[in-house]
Amino acid sequence: MNPEIKKVEFSERAQKEIREILTRYPDKRSALLPVLNLAQAEFGYISEDVMVMIAQLLDLTPPKVYEVLTFYTLLNQKPVGKHLIQLCRTLQCALAGSENILDHLQQKLGIRAGETTADGLFTLRTVECLASCGTAPAMQINGVYYENLTREKVDRVLDELKRGVQPVAKPMGAN
Amino acid sequence: MKYELVLHKNLKTPGYTGSLADYERHGGYLAIRKAFKEFTPAQLIDLVKRSGLRGRGGAGFPAGMKWDFLPKDPAVTKYLCCNADESEPGTFKDRELIEQDPHQMIEGMVLAACAIGAKVGYIYIRGEFVYGAQVLERALAEAYRAGYLGKNVLGSKTDIDIHLHRGAGAYICGEETALLESIEGKRGLPRNKPPFPAIHGLYGKPTVINNVETLSNLPHIVNRGAEWFTSIGSPPKSPGMRIFSVSGHVNRPGNYEVPMGITLRELIFEHAGGVRDNKKIKAIIPGGASAAFLTDGSLDVKLDFEAIAQVGSMLGSGGVTVMNEETCMVRTALNLMEFFAHETCGKCSPCREGSSWLVQMMRRIEHGHGKMEDLDQLVRICGGIAGKTVCAFGDAEVAPILSTLKHWRSEYEYHIKEKKCLVGNRDGKLVVIGGH
Repeated sequence: MNPEIKKVEFSERAQKEIREILTRYPDKRSALLPVLNLAQAEFGYISEDVMVMIAQLLDLTPPKVYEVLTFYTLLNQKPVGKHLIQLCRTLQCALAGSENILDHLQQKLGIRAGETTADGLFTLRTVECLASCGTAPAMQINGVYYENLTREKVDRVLDELKRGVQPVAKPMGAN
Repeated sequence: MKYELVLHKNLKTPGYTGSLADYERHGGYLAIRKAFKEFTPAQLIDLVKRSGLRGRGGAGFPAGMKWDFLPKDPAVTKYLCCNADESEPGTFKDRELIEQDPHQMIEGMVLAACAIGAKVGYIYIRGEFVYGAQVLERALAEAYRAGYLGKNVLGSKTDIDIHLHRGAGAYICGEETALLESIEGKRGLPRNKPPFPAIHGLYGKPTVINNVETLSNLPHIVNRGAEWFTSIGSPPKSPGMRIFSVSGHVNRPGNYEVPMGITLRELIFEHAGGVRDNKKIKAIIPGGASAAFLTDGSLDVKLDFEAIAQVGSMLGSGGVTVMNEETCMVRTALNLMEFFAHETCGKCSPCREGSSWLVQMMRRIEHGHGKMEDLDQLVRICGGIAGKTVCAFGDAEVAPILSTLKHWRSEYEYHIKEKKCLVGNRDGKLVVIGGH
């Protein structure tokens, strides 16, 4: 074992959930994606320590975890800001002005897409189609959709997040 | 409302919440009661075959036939998967069906599981659909409590378990064999076919993968019969209703449930309210980003599988995107090419390498560094990708470039000769709607 790997553990609640997840599949490996999603919710990103812990939990080698982790774009290998802004850049949002929204977000946050603000509050990313083409332009922050975006709406959302308002996931077009 | 809604009937009813109680009040779960009483699995398969229902995910394969490919031996373990990975740019119909009427889809899954003899089903939902996943978790729990899922469904000898499996961001997992790999805890790399999932699917067992909208049709076919289904839409080959997601430069973007076979013109002008600011239509994508672009000359083409194929595109996922006369086609094709280059899974060399070459060449042309010979080179590279990959992604990724080159070659030539755009905004952005 690499001596740099530190021992980490899931919370009691997560461990209980993992036991339940394992009952859904005929093999342990199928629990990998659900467990990675759970780990990200718990630790914010999947560090090498977490990767090794998950490998042991599911009887996999760490590279098997790594190869899956690096394939899926929603899984973070590095820490991200408290609020991860994922703005859709694909055609249907672009036709509705997502490029202007990106300019505005970059200017407002003082960072480029792919970067995190110095206070660690926001990470800005562009992503591919979020299935919000009828309510475009759209972005997702920590799993919550914000649609029919305008500059003013972006300002409002960022202000709310800064003030610590807890957003709630809502149906298409409601946010 | 011009047409009687079927899949949208509940969710367009004011006050409808999608809860089990609401769904039952609107006739929900009567179809599985009827199926348990009146149909053997073979009769269920026969019913769906006779209905002519074709897959609503993209490929349009006849659903009943897909089911019939599975071995009938009850001793063989079989699996059912619901493809809720909706990721095709321009498509957002499944998201609404999941969020607003989850039990319709779950009832469809119970029917499909009965027909093929599957005891376990998985709903593969894309990781971004956090709200949809919450809705489905709640709906599944309700269905278990009511005895529609679990051991001895409705007091019968049938056991059906359905689990929700969340993805984590990968367009390719909507490809059915990549979806299976993803459930198995691997990278979402499409499998070589044959063997097809009907014989060798999830965990090597016979498996059916059906789309959310396909499954949502099943309760209605069981309740109202195959003859009713073939009496609507565009029979014999494209019967039934279809939900089209309309986006782009229209006044009322959204999901519209209409009979298959209405014209693009009717969909865009009557249902989606026409083009914003009364501008002219330049381009239409009729079936998601994988479908070839059409011009306004195709407005009177019928929206059914055959008619759209005849004009060189495909009905695909039902995602209809409208672009007005001021939209730059080079920039549009580049945008979609960037999507495909980002989403290629990397398994097949022609697709993995070719997609990034195409992006580089398209960027050169867009930014005024292109050469005239690049246009033939684009076509050559596309020819080296299409049909030469394990899955249909290769055919899909060349569609935007080949079809825009076919219809709007002069725009490419202008970019190369004049090093600027003839139609786009001066700031180089795609045409914006609504003054955002």
